Amino acid sequence: MKIAVASGKGGTGKTTLSTNLASFLAESRETVLADLDVEEPNSGLFIRAEAGGEEDKYKMIPEWDAGKCTLCGICREVCNFNAITQIMDEIMVFPQLCHSCYACSELCPRDALPMKKQKMGVLRYFKQGNLSFVESELDIGEEQAVPLIAQTIAYVDRHCPGDVIKIFDAPPGTSCPVIEATKDADLVILVTEPTPVGLHDLSLAVETMKALKRDFCVVINRDGLGNADVESYCVRENIPVIAKIPNQRSIAEFYSDGKLLYHEISAVKDALEKIIAYIDARPGAGKTEKGAE
Amino acid sequence: MKIAFTSKGKDWDAPIDPRFGRTEYFFIYDEASGGSRIVDNTDVTYEAHGAGPKTAQRLFGEKAEILITGNGPGGNAASVLEKAGMRIYTGAGEMSVKEAYEAYKKGDLKQF
Repeated sequence: MKIAVASGKGGTGKTTLSTNLASFLAESRETVLADLDVEEPNSGLFIRAEAGGEEDKYKMIPEWDAGKCTLCGICREVCNFNAITQIMDEIMVFPQLCHSCYACSELCPRDALPMKKQKMGVLRYFKQGNLSFVESELDIGEEQAVPLIAQTIAYVDRHCPGDVIKIFDAPPGTSCPVIEATKDADLVILVTEPTPVGLHDLSLAVETMKALKRDFCVVINRDGLGNADVESYCVRENIPVIAKIPNQRSIAEFYSDGKLLYHEISAVKDALEKIIAYIDARPGAGKTEKGAE
Repeated sequence: MKIAFTSKGKDWDAPIDPRFGRTEYFFIYDEASGGSRIVDNTDVTYEAHGAGPKTAQRLFGEKAEILITGNGPGGNAASVLEKAGMRIYTGAGEMSVKEAYEAYKKGDLKQF
């Protein structure tokens, strides 16, 4: 079962929840945690695990062959992302805009834009007891998270098939990287805080999950802060609020020391138990996931 | 010289659009003939990615030699404009087209 932890708003506690939930689950069963916030992965700060290794990740980018090109301009016309420009007798390719769709390369009548590998980042994997931890990190200057997120999920599918809970720590926001990180999830947990900004961004995330037809629920973090508008919104929208984590200074202190919370703070452990009960009560829980291998 | 201004409107009094890639219009003034024309760039609003190179390509088609704008183009657009041999002046973001032209004539704008 794949569970994505997303939020809309940044800084609401995705990583806190993902790392604590995965570590707690791993005390009793096989669990995978994947940090898909590849622009700034930070789950690794909280996971003490043995490094298993790392691999470079590549995307495919067209490379212009001036000798073969007749300057017909088809490549520029078919590119949906403005990644190809023609200035006088030169074709310019912008790798940061390219989405590796192959249209220019395939439709070029002269084969003048062969696709070439270009390194975009690195994937690392770790193991500690029942917990497998995978994180990917984009190289500095790389603008596109989506291809690396897709390859990281593919890595998890390949290496951790079957009846295993997989927690995906998603990026913030509601744009392409979040879509990629949540689109295959059996359940999306939206972490929010009970503030006006938390509510605003939660509602954007909810609209996104509805459009993706995902099953989703809400966890309220820093409960006690702000007001009750998030809860009324969830009632109105018929969205289950499955747990609350209190607004407590000691939580921030443990967090800033890079420590997990549930051993130290019973309210966090209670919240995790509620979340796990919700996950286990879902139809399909405990069954081998389809299409895993 | 044929001069392109990034603009938010269609006449000399229109404010300069400080953005290059997502400028609403180009106000193009031909110093030789004294004529001017407008190039509509508002369709770029709908581009999620690559507004800079797309706008640069459009401007290249207009055969302007000088670009006067506000913040200056981003990296992708700048590399296209450089290939096209465009001279770029920035710092006109708070001016009208007319004021920007005067500032350019006086040498008050910064060459990019």
